[in-house]
Amino acid sequence: MAKRLDLKDVDIFYGKFQAVAGVSLSVPPRAVTAFIGPSGCGKSTVLRALNRMHEVIPGARVEGKVLLDSEDIYGPGIDPVEVRRTIGMVFQRPNPFPTMSVRDNVVAGLKLQGARNKHKLDEIAEKSLKRANLWNEVKDRLQKPGGGLSGGQQQRLCIARAIAVQPDVLLMDEPCSALDPISTLAIEDLISEIKKEYTIVIVTHNMQQAARVSDQTGFFNLRATGEPGRLVEIDDTEKIFSNPTEKATEDYISGRFG
Amino acid sequence: MAAPTAVVDAPATFTKLATRRVITNQASSVVVWLAFLLALVPLIWVVWTVVGNGISAVLNSAWWSQSLSGLLAQEEGGGVYHAIFGTLVQGLICAVIATPIGIMVAIYLVEYGAKTRLARTVTFMIDILTGVPSIVAALFIFSVWIAVFGFPRSAFAVSLALVLLMLPVVVRSTEEMLKIVPDDLREASYALGVPKWKTIMRVVIPTALSGMLTGIMLALARVMGETAPVLILVAYAPFINTNVFGGNMASLPLLMTVERNNPTDAGFDRIWGAAVTLILIITLFQLLATFLARLTRVKTS
Repeated sequence: MAKRLDLKDVDIFYGKFQAVAGVSLSVPPRAVTAFIGPSGCGKSTVLRALNRMHEVIPGARVEGKVLLDSEDIYGPGIDPVEVRRTIGMVFQRPNPFPTMSVRDNVVAGLKLQGARNKHKLDEIAEKSLKRANLWNEVKDRLQKPGGGLSGGQQQRLCIARAIAVQPDVLLMDEPCSALDPISTLAIEDLISEIKKEYTIVIVTHNMQQAARVSDQTGFFNLRATGEPGRLVEIDDTEKIFSNPTEKATEDYISGRFG
Repeated sequence: MAAPTAVVDAPATFTKLATRRVITNQASSVVVWLAFLLALVPLIWVVWTVVGNGISAVLNSAWWSQSLSGLLAQEEGGGVYHAIFGTLVQGLICAVIATPIGIMVAIYLVEYGAKTRLARTVTFMIDILTGVPSIVAALFIFSVWIAVFGFPRSAFAVSLALVLLMLPVVVRSTEEMLKIVPDDLREASYALGVPKWKTIMRVVIPTALSGMLTGIMLALARVMGETAPVLILVAYAPFINTNVFGGNMASLPLLMTVERNNPTDAGFDRIWGAAVTLILIITLFQLLATFLARLTRVKTS
């Protein structure tokens, strides 16, 4: 089910302001691609453009092409709602629905899309929670509110919720930045496991994390404040962290700036 | 022993609490407490007077189960069943009209309009409507509904005027409640491939429901005590009238103004009894609001 993503000359604008310029890259299936770079370099913006989430902000628009297995997600007549069903997202802060139980949170996507079969939903909830390494911790409190879990559990709940709708691609926007090291480890393990079935793109501020979990790393940067962010280089994670082609990448990774 | 004189001579890091600050603090506390007590005086006074004068009438069981039909003005007895019925019916019709419109306007303003020109215009109009005195709302309905369209004076006309008073309060309170629903939740829902309308119906509104219900109940409690619309838009009847589109219908505020022309002891009892009843009904609605809010509140454990 995992599909590949190809970006061709992607420019992203917020109104008149150009946030990102000329990004071209390929995201292979069943692998983790990490985006790193200093704050404001547009890596989260690129991530949100991959499932048209940036369209929530009025005035935001994308030029260029984003292809999911050669199908343009910005093509004419393509429904952004359907794009988001196919390309799921996990956010920086855990955001379970406060009015729903743990179980209802996991199957929220399916329920809100109209699924009714209670038995089947229970099955999917269990499967997704197991996949998210959360089942053992919550199996006795499935009917309790999702907001009652700890931060790390909530984030795994959100991952379970995202994979319950069976997307082809999973986007993660700094999924561990609000979590403690132990929860972070749990999520990283989870990422390594589910990459066998999904295409994963993760934005992170933590370079060790990028080195630990990703197969491919892209470094984003901007030349000066007010300039659009650009993709400096993208390569195998091992190469980026040991012998990057660009000097800017090496400076950033070795802590000389950013 | 060589005393460490340097330590003795060193200036203290902390100075003593200045007398001036102590006095200012005490004086401010006294002023705040006095203001609180002062605000309490009229409240207690009103409740004392109303309950003191009206309690005897209310304690009579006939008060809640009979109307004043067939009774002479100076005759003791009877009840205000008909007026309670009128107040509740007019309030209910008003709520049935104002609540859905108000919620939909608020949803438009928060979820769709954002900063568009139309949304700003609507917000401005709602602000104006908030400031409209009830007598103006009543006269407006009279001039449109009765004078232009030619409908008779009726309970329904009263409800229409109450809608004008309730609507801006519902819009405002619902708007505030929708605004405090975090955008994270909307985004989480969109990211699951849920359309916007369904996100609003199934995620945003349930999260805001508790506060929305409180706002609606309080707005309703407020308009049920309005006097100007009932004085202008319907005539008093001492009996029950179930036809909301025509005929006279009593309500508690209207009964009180009518009985003011009754100089007998019976009239006196009825005015104060109706006042106690109105306060009781409104208190009941506020309690109901608190109860509903607690019932629908977002739980975390």
